[in-house]
Amino acid sequence: MFHIYCPHCCEYREEEEFHASGQAHIPRPLDPDACTDKEWGEFMYFRANPRGIHHELWVHGAGCRKYFNITRNTHTYEILEVYKVGEKPSIVANEAK
Amino acid sequence: MQHYSGFGLLKHSFSHHENWQRVWRNPTPKKKYDVIIVGGGGHGLATAYYLAKEFGVTNVAVIEKGFLGGGNTARNTTIVRSNYLWDEAAHLYEHSMKLWEGLSQDLNYNVMFSQRGCLNLGHTLQDMRDIERRVNANRLNGIDGEVLDAQQVKEIVPVLDCSDRARYPVMGASWQPRAGVARHDAVAWGFARGADTRGVDLIQQTEVEDLIIEDGTVVGVRTARYGEIRADRVGCVVAGNSSVLAKMGGFELPLESHPLQALVSEPIKPILDTVVMSNQVHGYASQSDKGDLVIGAGIDGYNGYGQRGSYSTIEHTIQAIVEMFPVFSRVRMNRQWGGIVDTCPDACPIISETPVKNLFFNCGWGTGGFKATPGSGHVFAASLAKGEMHPLAKPFSMFRFHNGALVDEHGAAGVAH
Repeated sequence: MFHIYCPHCCEYREEEEFHASGQAHIPRPLDPDACTDKEWGEFMYFRANPRGIHHELWVHGAGCRKYFNITRNTHTYEILEVYKVGEKPSIVANEAK
Repeated sequence: MQHYSGFGLLKHSFSHHENWQRVWRNPTPKKKYDVIIVGGGGHGLATAYYLAKEFGVTNVAVIEKGFLGGGNTARNTTIVRSNYLWDEAAHLYEHSMKLWEGLSQDLNYNVMFSQRGCLNLGHTLQDMRDIERRVNANRLNGIDGEVLDAQQVKEIVPVLDCSDRARYPVMGASWQPRAGVARHDAVAWGFARGADTRGVDLIQQTEVEDLIIEDGTVVGVRTARYGEIRADRVGCVVAGNSSVLAKMGGFELPLESHPLQALVSEPIKPILDTVVMSNQVHGYASQSDKGDLVIGAGIDGYNGYGQRGSYSTIEHTIQAIVEMFPVFSRVRMNRQWGGIVDTCPDACPIISETPVKNLFFNCGWGTGGFKATPGSGHVFAASLAKGEMHPLAKPFSMFRFHNGALVDEHGAAGVAH
C-alpha cells in the first residue's frame, strides 16, 4: 500500500485515490503519418519495464484528477521522488549497459 | 527412471518409503549445449521435456535462478480452460487442453488434473451477448461450451447468489465442462522428472547475468556461478523478468510486469466443485482437494517486481467473492501471496523470434499462463528444435505489435485466472 504525495494537492494520500498510468516521458511522434509501422508500434506498445528505478505517470483520480510523475523502485516499491508533468526527474537509474 | 505405480507404492511401504530414488539429478553444467532454456518454471520445464521427448534434442540445459517451479508456477490459481474467443488463441489453448487430458499418463506423474468445469458468469446484457458470441466461436473451433441461464447456473453451484437481490444479479454464464484445475507443483515436478530422465540438465540456483551476443547472434549465457555456458539456441521463459532479459539482448518487449495476488482460505468441507469466474464482479474461486478456497482477481495497476501487491487489491477481491458467495463471508483467509506477471497489451502471449538471431522468447502470458503450460512448452520446443516458429506460435510473434496484427483477448482474459 502506497502513501503518495500529490504535488498538486500538496498532501499525502492513500494509494486508492490514485491510478497508475504506465511509463512516463513517452513523447507522441510529432508527425504520426510519417512514422513507419515499427516506430508507431514502439510508441504504442513497447515499454521500458525496468527492474529497479522507473519513471511512471500517475493520476490523482479520486482527488484533483491531475497527472504527475513518480520515480519509484519497482523492486523495493520505494517511492523516490514525485514531480509534476513537464519537470525533469532528479533521480535517474545508472545505465550500466 | 523409477516407474510410479500403485504396486510401487505398496512395495516401498515395506521399507517405510526410505528407498525412493531421487526424482532428478543436480548436475554441474557442461561448457556447451544445443539448447539452453532460461527459466525453470512450468513452461521452461515443459519446453525441455518436449524437446527431449518429441524432438530428440537431449543436449539441453534449463537454467533457473531459484528452485524449479518456484515462480508463477507456485503462485497461480491453477485454472485450466480453453474457451478463448479468437481462432489463434483458441487453437493454442485447446492444443494445451488436449495435452492436459493425457498428461498424468504421459509423465507417469499424477498432476491431479480434475476436469470439474468452469463457469464464466454474465451479469449484464452485454456480458450475455459476449458470452454467446464466445461460446459460438468456441464451438466452431471444436471446443466444448454451453450458454447457461441463471437457473442452470444455480443448479451447478447452489451456493452462488443467483437471486435478483444481488448487487449485480447473475443473468447466466458460459460453461466449459472440460475445464478444471490441476496441481501446480506436480506439473513442474512431473515435467522436470521427465526431462531429467531423458538427459536434460536442470541447473538450479544459477542466475543468468547476461546473454553472450556475437555479431547479432546469441551464443550462450553468462552466469555468476558457472561462468559462460554456450549454446546454439537460447530460449527465455522467464515470465515477469522477460523485460530484464530482453534488455540484456538489447531490445524492448511490449510487456509490463505487474504484481498479481491470490489467496487461499482455511480448509473447509467440500462446497464448491467447479470453477466460478466473473469478469464483471471481478473475482474467481475454486476449492482445492485439500478444502481451501483458492481465490484471485486482477493485477495491481502499477509495475512491480516485488512479488507482493497492495492490500486494497485483495480487499476488492474478497468483496467480489462475498458478493458472489455470501455464504463465504465468515471464512477466514489462510495465506496470501503475489507473483509477477508479464502482461501484454492484447492479453495474449509472445512466442517469438527476436531481433537477436537464435534467441527466442516465450513470455507475455500475463495472468493466464498456467493453463497453457503443456501447450506452450510443446510449441516452443518445436520452434527451438527447428529454429523456426511452430504454426500455432506464428500469430504470437513479438513483431505483431509492429504490423498491428494483435490477437485481442481481453474479453476472454478480462479477469485474471
